[in-house]
Amino acid sequence: MRNPQLNAHGELTHLLTLEGLPPAVICSILDTAEPFVSIAEREVKKVPLLRGKAVFNLFFENSTRTRTTFEIAAKRLSADVINLNIGASSTSKGETLLDTVDNLVAMDADIFVVRHSQSGAPHLIAEHLLATGRSHVHVVNAGDGRHAHPTQGLLDLYTIRHYKKSFEGLTVAIVGDVLHSRVARSLIHGLTTLGTPEVRVIGPETLMPTKAEALGVRVFHDMREGLRGCDAVVMLRLQNERMNGTLLPSAGEFFKNYGLTQDKLALAKPDAIVMHPGPMNRGVEIDSPVADGERSVILPQVTFGIAVRMAVMSIIAGAR
Amino acid sequence: MPANASLPDAEATLRTLAERMRGAVAHDAAFVGIYSGGAWVAERLPALVPGQHPVGFIDVSFYRDDYSRTGLKGGSKRTSLPFDVNGANIVLVDDVLYTGRSVRAAINELFDFGRPARIELAVLVDRGGRELPIEHTYCGARLAVARELSIVLSRDEGLLTLAVEQMS
Amino acid sequence: MNLEIANGRLLDPEHGERQATLYVADGRIAGAGVAPAGFRADRVIDAAGLVVAPGLVDIAVRLREPGLEYKATLESELEAAVAGGVTSLACPPDTDPPLDEPGLVEMLKHRARMLNLAHVFPVGALTVGLRGTALTEMGELTEAGCVAFSQADVALADTELLRRAMQYAATFGYALWLRPSDPYLGRTGVAHDGEVATRLGLAGIPAAAETIALATILALARETGVRLHVCRLSCAQSVALVREAKAQGLPVTCDVAVHHLHLCDVDIGWFDSNARVVPPFRSTRDRAALRAGVADGTIDVVCSDHAPVDDDGKQLPFAEAEPGVTGLELLLPLTLKWAAEEGVSLAQALARITAAPARLLGGTATLAVGAPADLCLFDPQAWWKVERGALRSQGKHTPFLGLEVPGRVRLTLVDGLVVHEA
Repeated sequence: MRNPQLNAHGELTHLLTLEGLPPAVICSILDTAEPFVSIAEREVKKVPLLRGKAVFNLFFENSTRTRTTFEIAAKRLSADVINLNIGASSTSKGETLLDTVDNLVAMDADIFVVRHSQSGAPHLIAEHLLATGRSHVHVVNAGDGRHAHPTQGLLDLYTIRHYKKSFEGLTVAIVGDVLHSRVARSLIHGLTTLGTPEVRVIGPETLMPTKAEALGVRVFHDMREGLRGCDAVVMLRLQNERMNGTLLPSAGEFFKNYGLTQDKLALAKPDAIVMHPGPMNRGVEIDSPVADGERSVILPQVTFGIAVRMAVMSIIAGAR
Repeated sequence: MPANASLPDAEATLRTLAERMRGAVAHDAAFVGIYSGGAWVAERLPALVPGQHPVGFIDVSFYRDDYSRTGLKGGSKRTSLPFDVNGANIVLVDDVLYTGRSVRAAINELFDFGRPARIELAVLVDRGGRELPIEHTYCGARLAVARELSIVLSRDEGLLTLAVEQMS
Repeated sequence: MNLEIANGRLLDPEHGERQATLYVADGRIAGAGVAPAGFRADRVIDAAGLVVAPGLVDIAVRLREPGLEYKATLESELEAAVAGGVTSLACPPDTDPPLDEPGLVEMLKHRARMLNLAHVFPVGALTVGLRGTALTEMGELTEAGCVAFSQADVALADTELLRRAMQYAATFGYALWLRPSDPYLGRTGVAHDGEVATRLGLAGIPAAAETIALATILALARETGVRLHVCRLSCAQSVALVREAKAQGLPVTCDVAVHHLHLCDVDIGWFDSNARVVPPFRSTRDRAALRAGVADGTIDVVCSDHAPVDDDGKQLPFAEAEPGVTGLELLLPLTLKWAAEEGVSLAQALARITAAPARLLGGTATLAVGAPADLCLFDPQAWWKVERGALRSQGKHTPFLGLEVPGRVRLTLVDGLVVHEA
């Protein structure tokens, strides 16, 4: 199967998912992100790499936080940023997704950062750009349905590598609503691609995707057992709509079984780090003392996220 | 390509460069090497030039003017300037001065860290062929080389060597 | 008009094959091998190298009339039918409005007759508006021309109503064609609930959504004695359930869509909306069971489940894309492909797309003297590439685009008239 993210030269031209990316491509993104981390320390917090390029933040699903991080990343690369909250405009007037894209391409977009509630929407846009001979326009998936959130996956990988130096010998646990989580899918693909020996997912069967093992993970239903010996614990956000009784009896019962508390964390390795993609539900998936504790790297994740997004945009915009 | 016989010895050229900088550079001038060849030269200079010279390194990948043609090449390094750029006397150090484009990028990048008092330029080798109005302040050797050839500095166990390669 | 079809390989799935000349007169087959007395051909067709078979019968073809003409029309789809060698077809009631009134059925039959291409056999809606709450006037609809009653792809939640529908249909001998689908399980799903859906983050439809409904339908059919045909099996367990029911003597028949014999969930690739079908493509194990089921006769009929969709309906994220693929012109090639891969004889393969479906429509598909001259002449060795431009149907969406397939229809006859020639 052709990988729609790579061009004829094997260069990354879109970032749609981490699945199927060669390990060298993932590593080069992480390596490129490294010098970008320090840019915030400069007097002028930007580099001129994408000067004159237009980055369109195309958000069909609202997310102020993710949109902001992409906006900061693009601006630090000196790109012009145009934010579009499509959820509230075109589609409600009957314009199709691809009509919207065609219109924005006519406005000379160079990069589309796409957030959509449907899995595969960024692939559809990338295929459409290819089919209509506009392969100079690049697509970055900023989260599609349950499918993928590759920049979040990359920033999680960056964070783990930053604190653990390498993926060799690591055990990483991902806890919570794996079924609906694009963050989990992207991180799992990234970790397995980079050779992490053990990736665990922990949660009740109602929040586990069918045949999760096929993703290369071990499934645990008992959180204490699953956390034992972990080097990194990634807590997933539990959306409010999952707590209406059809998947879980209540938020309280979920916290009791799968909320991360100090005593459960004690089962992981003493130097285990705690991660969360944000925004957190304190008292639902994570206890405040853990979230604010010394093993929490949740705020550094945000900082690394900007550098990783800068790296992604500067790599794809430079592809032929 | 004929042997490297026509090329000067890199270590000798480095000593010549240091000789020319001695007494001419500010006592507290910071040496900022451009990755990767320039960084090796900058690392060696404080031992050869009297004074208190902090050393920094600069990677111009994000400031290059050929990004839209060639994209971002892997292996970008972190720019590190362990001194306050504002008001500093800076000597940019590079291995080979050719078109002047890397130096242009480096000067631009320096200004994003602050406003230096003065920037000078020290190069191991000047091969001519400028495409920008940029000139070195100190130079180890001048060489005439055909357009399709490039001069490459390499380092092996701390020792610098110059070689000529076909342009890729 | 008298036709002499010379040098062809006559292949009657029910009566064997032979190399002989076929004579057509007055819209019927007038002789085979020996010319009837006084026969004078108006045209001699050289069928050397061609298979001369009964016209294909496709029991699931959406013509999109009435109401959905932006997707397809009778003109475009009946052209596609004869181009694919299909001379009779049944259309499900999922039109807009659904085929729940005799007037709609009569109009459809009338339009089809005027076009004089393939024969059209409407399937009436089992419930008013397919809403699953009230039975339609099955008697009136039968008089108007309906050959069976169905809910198309709309699941029937009310099992009480299903039982009543079967009892009522059994009373008068009407046939029910039902696709087993649980109304709740996997109702938000768009792909088989397996590894692929997990990887792509698509909501899944478990196989149990089909088998639970199938078990219900079979249990009620046993009790009511209704003439039952089960539509579009998609999973291994369903094939096993039907096999068991048949072994117990239940007079049930069933079908599979031809694309399910070739593809599975992996073929969704990176969200290819051309692979968005109902029921969904399932696992390779399921596909193997379907292929074996057709070979051993558990599955009686292979159909195209033809559903023309316009570009706007497909150029959407996978879950939002309209399900359905074009299939009329691929029924023969894909059946031939399956037969060749499985080592099934040409006669046995053709039976699944001629004689067996014809029986469901209350007719026959044969080369016997006296039978209507609905014929399909095709070159089984001619391979062609599936491309938008090669398809007559207004629906251009199929996961087989770009694939080379065997079997080119050279000539199609309906009631002795040449309706397609290539």
